[in-house]
Amino acid sequence: MFRNNYDNDSVTFSPQGRIFQVEYASEAVKQGSVVVGIVSKTHAVLVAVKRNAEELSSYQKKIIAIDEHLGLSLAGLASDARVLSNFMKQQSLSSRLTYGRAIPVSRLVTSIGDRAQTNTQHYGKRPYGVGLLVAGVDESGPHLFEFQPSGMTQEMVACAIGARSQMARTYLERNLEKFADCGKEKLIAHGLRALKESLAQDKELTVENCSVGVVGVRGEGMTAIEGFKLFDGQDVQQWLSLVTEGAEEGEGEGEGMEVDS
Amino acid sequence: MNHLPQAWGRPRDDVYGPYDSSYLQNNGPNQHTQQPIVTGTSVIALKFKDGVVIAADNLASYGSLARFTNVKRLRKFADTSVVGFGGDVSDMQYLDRLLNSLDIDEAYSSAGDTLNAHNLHTYLSKVLYKRRSDFNPLWNQLLVAGLDGEDMPFLASADLLGTTFSSPSLATGFGAHLAQPILRKVAPDEETAAKLSKEDAVQSVKECMKVLFYRDARSLDKYSIAVITKEGIDLKEDEKLEQQSWAFADKIRGYGTQVN
Amino acid sequence: MAMFSQNPLMNGPNYSFNQAPATASDGHKQHGFYPYTDNGGSTLAISGADFTIMAGDTRSTSGYSINTRYKPKVFKIGGTTASQNDATIVLSVVGFAADGEALKERLDAVVKMYRYQHGKPMSVKACAQRLSTILYGKRFFPYYVTAILGGLDEEGKGVVYSYDPVGSYEREMCRAAGAAASLIMPFLDNQVNFKNQYEPESGAGHELQEREKIPLPRGEVEDLVKDAFDSAVERHIEVGDGLQMMIVTKDGIEERYLPLKKD
Repeated sequence: MFRNNYDNDSVTFSPQGRIFQVEYASEAVKQGSVVVGIVSKTHAVLVAVKRNAEELSSYQKKIIAIDEHLGLSLAGLASDARVLSNFMKQQSLSSRLTYGRAIPVSRLVTSIGDRAQTNTQHYGKRPYGVGLLVAGVDESGPHLFEFQPSGMTQEMVACAIGARSQMARTYLERNLEKFADCGKEKLIAHGLRALKESLAQDKELTVENCSVGVVGVRGEGMTAIEGFKLFDGQDVQQWLSLVTEGAEEGEGEGEGMEVDS
Repeated sequence: MNHLPQAWGRPRDDVYGPYDSSYLQNNGPNQHTQQPIVTGTSVIALKFKDGVVIAADNLASYGSLARFTNVKRLRKFADTSVVGFGGDVSDMQYLDRLLNSLDIDEAYSSAGDTLNAHNLHTYLSKVLYKRRSDFNPLWNQLLVAGLDGEDMPFLASADLLGTTFSSPSLATGFGAHLAQPILRKVAPDEETAAKLSKEDAVQSVKECMKVLFYRDARSLDKYSIAVITKEGIDLKEDEKLEQQSWAFADKIRGYGTQVN
Repeated sequence: MAMFSQNPLMNGPNYSFNQAPATASDGHKQHGFYPYTDNGGSTLAISGADFTIMAGDTRSTSGYSINTRYKPKVFKIGGTTASQNDATIVLSVVGFAADGEALKERLDAVVKMYRYQHGKPMSVKACAQRLSTILYGKRFFPYYVTAILGGLDEEGKGVVYSYDPVGSYEREMCRAAGAAASLIMPFLDNQVNFKNQYEPESGAGHELQEREKIPLPRGEVEDLVKDAFDSAVERHIEVGDGLQMMIVTKDGIEERYLPLKKD
């Protein structure tokens, strides 16, 4: 019987140059329900589909507010995400304490990237089984970052991770040019539409299974920020109604014009 | 032959007398800074319409000895702020190295978000407070001048105890008694300071440096002065006090040459 | 002579290598550095039926010098934003300003972490208990401050907790702290708790009826605070420049600044 000898730990390369434990961790991300993030010149949004393990249970937490100026959404092991989110909370509090400054988003993301990387290079450690989308604003405006268990982080214009996220990514790629100039409402609508693409056939977005997080600046080139706000439950309705069938007309027009050209 | 190898090659007690090892003994406590040694005197600063002006003389004293006469006590940070140091010069140099490494660390994050004067002051005050809490103080009084997050003039003080405060004008050491009253007359509150022109501010600070030189025995007529505005930092480190007039002196008993 | 001195084992000529301990012996540490200072100023808190007023002057002093005319001593605690505009708890600290600042920031971080971990704001009661343990945690190197914590309790009533520097605390109707505490507190005893006030002609000796205690309306309390500080400024050199007031109600925290004499 064939048995993979190179996946017993996260420090051993396979002869093909792969580290299987890290790849398995990436699989864990793909098991998680889908989350989408988009950034414009003024806002960064996160939208997520929540799952409930069974009929009787509550829905999982997909978006976590970290600080006034940033939050994250997760796909994968929620408990691992909590560890990372606690660390990020501490980092951002400590930045405010020692410098009186909101921590720059890129720096915070780099710091969790470094932590995740050490897990892939020390025997007996396990990579984080979670992927994150981090949305925030800092002195250089709104940002969206992707984080993967390998320790890889990169800044994105739009991103989707989790189960069936390829469909959402296709939607994002198709509408890429529109995002930069979107306001808060349009950006969230795009996010929700991308989310819809990834949904299984019999599923629909409802106030129960959907979360929205928004952060932004009050106009380009900020100083005054619109703090990270998390919408759950009934609060999501206002956003969902943006993308219900009746409200889609405007977008339909847009689609038609594209076909024309 | 002596069988204690540790003793080989050492002076014999019967020849040289017992060795006085008392100097090696450190039978006191762990020594932390108990007092400043080489010191700088006042730092003064004043906010104006679109920036801050800050000044300090170039003297480092060893007690009453004017030991070093070319010590620069104003330090630029990241082209956004200036820190003025009063108190112990070695601790100033330590903080200088600390700020250098902080500057480098910050520059690595290419995002272009540098620490502004407000951030810098918060950081320095935490360093000072931490050290005082360890009973190992950095014996300094600092003024941090620059612009804050909204590009407004920023001026604040931090000292060896970690005490912090901010005001339209500030002065450390002797300056708190001699210069601050003059500066407060020029800018009694933030509103007045926000109307003050750069020329008037610089003029007032120079005048204060002169008053300090007249009356502070640990001061020098060579000084550094920096003006921080949105356009950048204009730091001059080799200024000389101009238009001194010691005419007042011979009218004062004990100041001039008269004996009684 | 030296032949038979020093080392009894060798009983011969001795050699001078260091037999003294290489490291410093344990001794009592002595320090010329005193880690505290007094920055003067005074604070005051009064609770009402549905509000709490916290106030403090804004002068900061070192000896006879005024450091600045505006150094707040009253702080909002535990909001979610940098401006603390959604905070519900107020802390005032007076004494050694650097310790006060450190205490404020620590308590603020604790309350923020509470909200992050529990998903709801901390009650004033819980915050008061926590502040006590923070202060007592530095029992042998205390935060040299007199703290007062204010807000609204679970029933929406005004609440004031006052502390000593090492964490002993109690809930009170009102409290004055700091340099002019001894000037303001007796005034408050009389005007807020109606001490030494009796019903006119209610009798003599044991027959004397105390004036009935009623919680004061907000406007009256604001005037009381202003009067207390105006009087303290006249008699205490470390008090003056400005009066900062925070009024906690169910609608949030209202902040007010009034000038005081600057002499």
